[in-house]
Amino acid sequence: MQEHDLSFVRAELVANQPAPRGEKGFGHWLRKNLFATPFDGVLTVLALLFIAYSLPPLLNWAFVDAQWTGSDRSFCATVAQGGIQPDGWSGACWAFVGAKFQQFLYGRYPLDERWRVALTGLMFVLLIVPLLIPRVPHKALNAALLFVVFPVVAFFLLVGGWFGLDYVETPLWGGLMVTLVLSFVGIAVSLPLGIVLALGRRSHMPVVKMICVIFIETVRGVPLVTVLFMASVMLPLFLPAGVTFDKFLRALIGVALFASAYMAEVVRGGLQAIPKGQYEGADSLGLGYWQKMGLIVLPQALKLVIPGIVNTFIGLFKDTSLVYIIGMFDLLGAVRQNFSDATWASPQTPMTGLVFAGFVFWCFCFGMSRYSIFMERLLDTGHKR
Amino acid sequence: MTAKLLTGVFGAAVLGLAASAASAATLDDVKSKGFVQCGVNTGLAGFAAPNDQGEWSGFDVDICKAVAAAVFGDATKVKYTPTTAKERFTALQSGEIDMLSRNTTWTLSRDTSLGFNFAGVNYYDGQGFMINAKKLPGVNSALQLSGASVCVQTGTTTELNLSDYFRANKMEYNPVVFEKLEEVNAAYDSGRCDVYTTDQSGLYSIRLTLSAPDDHVVLPEIISKEPLGPVVRQGDDQWFDIVKWTLNAMIIAEELGITQTNVDEMKGSDNPEIKRVLGMEPDSTLAADLGLDKEWVVNVIKAVGNYGESFERNIGQDSPLKIARGLNQLWTKGGILYAPPIR
Amino acid sequence: MASQDTVRDDGVAKASLLYDPKVRGIVFQVLVFVGLFAFVYWIVGNTIENLQRSNISSGFGFLSGRSGFDVATSLIAYDSDSTYGRALVVGLLNTLVVAVLGIFTASLIGFLIGVGRLSRNWLVRKICTVYVEVFRNIPPLLVIFFWYFGVLSVLPLPRDSIGLPFGSYLNSRGFFFPRPVWGEGAWLIALSLVVALAMIFFVRRRAVARQMATGQQFPVLWTSLALLVGLPLLAFALTGFPLSFEFPQLSTFNLVGGISVKPEFLALYLALSFYTASFIAEIVRAGILGISKGQTEASYALGLRSGTTLRLVIIPQALRIIIPPLTSQYLNLTKNSSLAIAIGYPDLVAIGGTILNQTGQAIEVVAIWMVVYLGLSLATSVFMNWFNARMALVER
Repeated sequence: MQEHDLSFVRAELVANQPAPRGEKGFGHWLRKNLFATPFDGVLTVLALLFIAYSLPPLLNWAFVDAQWTGSDRSFCATVAQGGIQPDGWSGACWAFVGAKFQQFLYGRYPLDERWRVALTGLMFVLLIVPLLIPRVPHKALNAALLFVVFPVVAFFLLVGGWFGLDYVETPLWGGLMVTLVLSFVGIAVSLPLGIVLALGRRSHMPVVKMICVIFIETVRGVPLVTVLFMASVMLPLFLPAGVTFDKFLRALIGVALFASAYMAEVVRGGLQAIPKGQYEGADSLGLGYWQKMGLIVLPQALKLVIPGIVNTFIGLFKDTSLVYIIGMFDLLGAVRQNFSDATWASPQTPMTGLVFAGFVFWCFCFGMSRYSIFMERLLDTGHKR
Repeated sequence: MTAKLLTGVFGAAVLGLAASAASAATLDDVKSKGFVQCGVNTGLAGFAAPNDQGEWSGFDVDICKAVAAAVFGDATKVKYTPTTAKERFTALQSGEIDMLSRNTTWTLSRDTSLGFNFAGVNYYDGQGFMINAKKLPGVNSALQLSGASVCVQTGTTTELNLSDYFRANKMEYNPVVFEKLEEVNAAYDSGRCDVYTTDQSGLYSIRLTLSAPDDHVVLPEIISKEPLGPVVRQGDDQWFDIVKWTLNAMIIAEELGITQTNVDEMKGSDNPEIKRVLGMEPDSTLAADLGLDKEWVVNVIKAVGNYGESFERNIGQDSPLKIARGLNQLWTKGGILYAPPIR
Repeated sequence: MASQDTVRDDGVAKASLLYDPKVRGIVFQVLVFVGLFAFVYWIVGNTIENLQRSNISSGFGFLSGRSGFDVATSLIAYDSDSTYGRALVVGLLNTLVVAVLGIFTASLIGFLIGVGRLSRNWLVRKICTVYVEVFRNIPPLLVIFFWYFGVLSVLPLPRDSIGLPFGSYLNSRGFFFPRPVWGEGAWLIALSLVVALAMIFFVRRRAVARQMATGQQFPVLWTSLALLVGLPLLAFALTGFPLSFEFPQLSTFNLVGGISVKPEFLALYLALSFYTASFIAEIVRAGILGISKGQTEASYALGLRSGTTLRLVIIPQALRIIIPPLTSQYLNLTKNSSLAIAIGYPDLVAIGGTILNQTGQAIEVVAIWMVVYLGLSLATSVFMNWFNARMALVER
């Protein structure tokens, strides 16, 4: 019995030893991440030099030397340029953005009616935020409100002409409001239309397939600028005399059609990734075409291509800025238009305005791309191949 | 406009069901919609520009208002469509607008191959050059401009005249072209080019919007004839006549000394010509033949004044532009403004 | 159930015809076709009516008319006496120039940034990430405006040009550098370059053949470089240095002489390069990440060095993943070059727009745009597909 007590294995764990001196702490991190090899060291030094050279002037320009308040161009121009700043001064003219902020948001929408835009925006935020947070219940109701009720309400609010609201012509619309309206409608139209086109392209009916292929490839092959030109210059010729579309509506149609062709290709990628067994399984259950697609294939396919769909949304959002070329003023257009405002024209104005517009666009696009990564992880049920 | 927006939506939805309005009779069309759809510039100070509330005013806009006053007796029954140089012609061709009053030069090809009718000339203009005198002190003639970078709006007759002028004088230049007026303005103001060329009236208007207007001078040379006027589609003579005679009426009113303030007194005048013009001859059929109300000229003058008043208010001495009448003076006063008689 | 009853009652399969997917398919297609045909018919009818009503002459005859306008940048001889057709060709060439140069630069930057995002170096990785995230999330038009209005238009006027080395200048009118003027016998230099290229080709083939046969290696790279530089240099010296430069000089308005690159071109080129590079970087990164680590390890186990591993093992495999999305980025860049119109660079769309304005031939001009861009897309796709097929895994 004695020998059974003999143990060659430790009964208790040895206490953790501290890591060797060179393997932890800041010094180790530095060595591992910045100076692993001589080449790395050189790269690090070069990168540091780059940062030291570019970052301080940038921060100086944007914050330290920036002009935050002011009422006209003289605050943002040097003495030689007819302003109050010392010669050689260079800094952001945030006063310009401050003065034009309302215009960047609403364009030339009548002052007394701007609450309507703000209200629409508020409703949009109130509807979209719960839809985006997975834990909030009643998704179906929420989506119905956002995609069915909201557009109708927003149309009457923004356009007006009913219920005692003054009619506001679309040429007066502008700024961020136009960017968001174009993007929202573009997204809301292009996804379903894109799905239909993708299904059509995968269809076994030659005529349908042909039409979809021709549409998708033609639209994808030409730049958005030409599509917009077509919408703005040629569409009137296509319609019977006297019947005209609102110019804004024309741009909207152009943007939505353009985006749906890209969306169709993304969705097609998802459809192709679904194993044939899923189609056959649905067929053998006796499901009809739309049941098969709606209940079995599309839910899986769309989930697979969420990153692609969101990328198309981001592309669409960025592309809305092109309506400037056909003479409408979205956020970028509104900023651009104000460069030539004599009250504010100074060498610093364009840069400041562009940085501001860039920041707004960046926030939206970056937000969308982050959210897509989040959704992708959330929905990842291991079906990816 | 709302109705149109909806028509558009439903037109897209139900396609063939969209009613196609009769194209020939623009007047009936205008009367049934209740307003004149007028194409104007996207923004040229003095000629057509919206204020912050989106209300349009200017010399070209006055023509639109005058036509509305002639048709409806109410100058507010106009809707404006701001058009770029590129859009203006298709907008008119397609019937999106009923008339175009947008500093458009009358040329033969626009009459023929584009299918338009120019309803007269409301401003005799000519193309000129503007430079920054502070930066280019020695330059005082367009003939010294060889080698310069010239800012010009693309797709206009201006661009063609520019090319012809420099070729004819064996000079070289670097064209810097932009789509939109405000882009050209910004490029010129930032020093991207040395010279700005467009119609002289435009130069005066644009000079006001530059960051240092006093530094810039308009050179004396005028290199082209630019008769600017309102435009309508071919094939509708009645509408063509209405626009043409609205403009003529404004000029005649100035000749006869009928102004916005004295038009009501003038109605009682004994002068047969004034009586005829103002529709005070009891059995005259002039207005009816035109398809208009008897007092149409009275309405026009009440709305926008006579030609001279409109000129001075928008672009002349009462405006920041301070353009002299020059050619646009009445023929009796040394200009070439001459309207056929109303009789 | 009802249908079964019907079938039994009638004794004929009349009702089942309705439910036959084949028949339904045909009926549906016929409906779609008729609907589309009616739609097109309606549009064409309207257009013809509109054109006739306003007396617009249609057809491509206008292309041989005198253009009458000048173009700032042109690769081929062009003046205002040239035809509209030639003006369009000028525009097309300008589009191609900016697209080809942009593709080249974007690939270069994109490749560097993409590799940089995978670097072991933390700082390099972060800088590259910031670059990608910034440029991917702003509109290309904004990037163009940034270069044009933010950077190039605030440069000094010609009189105060920034002097650069080699007699080059930078000002708000563009970038000016000396034009090389070749003297007598310069063709010999060009000839020697061609000879060098031909020799390199043969040396390479011989070297590969020898390595296959004997396993001995030959320093191909160094020999090639020596040939490429040495031969023309030799010819240059023998012909007595027949090269002089025409330097840009200041005149009343501008710098004259030398070669000038317009700021419109620079802005568009830089913007397209930087913008597209951020997408290419992501593609390159994904391509390299897609190669499993085992490949590298196996290659090392075979005794290949890291440079050779990269060149012979990693890159050929990564290219297979990279090429298809890269193609669409190249196409995007080409299409985005149409944004030139916003800053007045005379590309196909801008010149077409001018012509559209002058002639009023909206339909014809838009048709030309569409055909040209579709053709470019098709050509790029065909080329990249061919390249892809060459690169594709040859399965045995």
